[in-house]
Amino acid sequence: MNALQLAVADGMTIARRNALKIRRAPDLLGGVVMLPIVFVLLFAYVFGSMISLPGMSYGEYLLPGIFVMTIVSSAQITGYTLTQDLQKGIFDRFRTLPMSPSAVLTGQTVADVIMNLTSVVTMALVGLAVGWRVRSSPVEGALGFLMLLLFAYAFSWVTATVALSLRTPEVFNNVATILSFPLVFLSNAFVDSTRLPGPLRVVAEWNPVSTLVQAARELFGNTSPAMPVPDAWPLRHAVPVSFAWSVVLLVVFVPLATRLYQKAVSR
Amino acid sequence: MSDAITAEGLVKRYGDVTALDGLHLTVPEGTVFGLLGPNGAGKTTTVRILTTLLKPDAGHARVAGFDVVRDAALLRAHIGVSGQYAAVDDHLTGAENLEMVGRLYHLGVKRSRRRARELLERFDLADAADRPVQGWSGGMRRRLDLAGALVAAPPVLFLDEPTTGLDPRARASLWDVIAELVAEGTTVLLTTQYMEEADRLADRIAVTDHGRVIALGTADELKGQVGGDRIELSVTSAADLETAGRALAPLAVGDVQVDADALQVTAPVTGGAAALTTALGRLAAERVTVRDAGLRRPTLDDVFLSLTGHEADAETKETVR
Repeated sequence: MNALQLAVADGMTIARRNALKIRRAPDLLGGVVMLPIVFVLLFAYVFGSMISLPGMSYGEYLLPGIFVMTIVSSAQITGYTLTQDLQKGIFDRFRTLPMSPSAVLTGQTVADVIMNLTSVVTMALVGLAVGWRVRSSPVEGALGFLMLLLFAYAFSWVTATVALSLRTPEVFNNVATILSFPLVFLSNAFVDSTRLPGPLRVVAEWNPVSTLVQAARELFGNTSPAMPVPDAWPLRHAVPVSFAWSVVLLVVFVPLATRLYQKAVSR
Repeated sequence: MSDAITAEGLVKRYGDVTALDGLHLTVPEGTVFGLLGPNGAGKTTTVRILTTLLKPDAGHARVAGFDVVRDAALLRAHIGVSGQYAAVDDHLTGAENLEMVGRLYHLGVKRSRRRARELLERFDLADAADRPVQGWSGGMRRRLDLAGALVAAPPVLFLDEPTTGLDPRARASLWDVIAELVAEGTTVLLTTQYMEEADRLADRIAVTDHGRVIALGTADELKGQVGGDRIELSVTSAADLETAGRALAPLAVGDVQVDADALQVTAPVTGGAAALTTALGRLAAERVTVRDAGLRRPTLDDVFLSLTGHEADAETKETVR
């Protein structure tokens, strides 16, 4: 095997390990399966029954937002497991093995894609049960899921970078919560951003989470002619901009996380 | 016989703290080398450098024929490391833990699986093999960690305080396993704070302090360095303790140690049994009631005290002044 094949094989071994860990840890599994189910049901029935939108049901408007919220919050599992592993000295063992050094982070992030796939499929099934539908073509629908998973993968590298610079699980959890809440709620995930007051509207419209939610709505066909797209540039071109965001995040954070990992373990 | 491990003038600094201050050591193939020292002596730093986890600031080292810095990637296939705290995955079963390590040594799926079962059997962990490690005892986790270091049957093994924090029974069982490995020809570098452990397992021992080797030799040679036999006696009262200490002072070839808690006096002497007779005569003359008296060979504890204890004392006095 050449170096690249070895790196892929090692990455898969680590991914398998992390996937097993998620399956065995009730707290992590709850976050991956139970929480999304609760989110969909809660938002669809509680808010869905109170809020009405012109030309479409709130539940249908909401589901792409819940997809994105779940992806952002479960990316925290990447950071949490990394900080835990850092503390336990397991990386020392890995580093004394003849494995590819990059495998730790690629394995971790790939396992998180598998986890995100589980979450998204769960949410889609529950969504279908409560009346959500993909109203576009199957190709666009598939592209929508692909886009969500790609963003999830890219975002895992962001949380990995944050985790490796903070190093302890407790600090990471606090920081991640403080950062992810405004990211999700200062967006169009749950509310129509055009109705937000001035500066908040600008923030919400340029928030990458809004772009992703808008793109998901368009690809799943969860839109209504009665609700025009805001004028902000990223929302006007939501689908290509969403893919671009994923690529940019990967280009910036893969090398950054890799460097921080080397630094964190070689002290 | 060639050397499995050589280190020359290793230096490692963390800011103002010098963890290693020009450490030298040589370990011939198939032998056990004990690195003995208190916390902060530089034992773990040495192991981290020799196992490619850290780069030294100066000096160089070779393990199994590979330079630890230049050939780090190649070297890793030839060493096994078991650390101070068991680096095992709680949520994985024992078998899964070892299989993962096997795959990362690139043994292939089948061989990894077979090797995992072999090792679990050998380390008496077969019954727990398919349970997550979470519920295992500390001793079992340590054995699993050690098994992880042996997956690729490496010719050189590093054990960093393998039994720290274990109860005496778990410790004894781990010692048996290590002794077996050595019998099979594995070269072992062992760090420990326990004299008993070094005495029992190591062919040669380096006593380290402040990042340097301050004494080197077999357990017997080191014991020889601190003089011959020791008279050890216990008395029945604190008043007798002082008298006994004074009475033995002229006979001793070094400092007389007085342990007020154990009511025990220890004096290094020459002349063996004759010295003991003389000592008992003096004590009788001083009317000291002796509860127990004996002549013993020095232990590594004595070596350790006389080599590092004095230095530590001197330092304390300096700071007091």
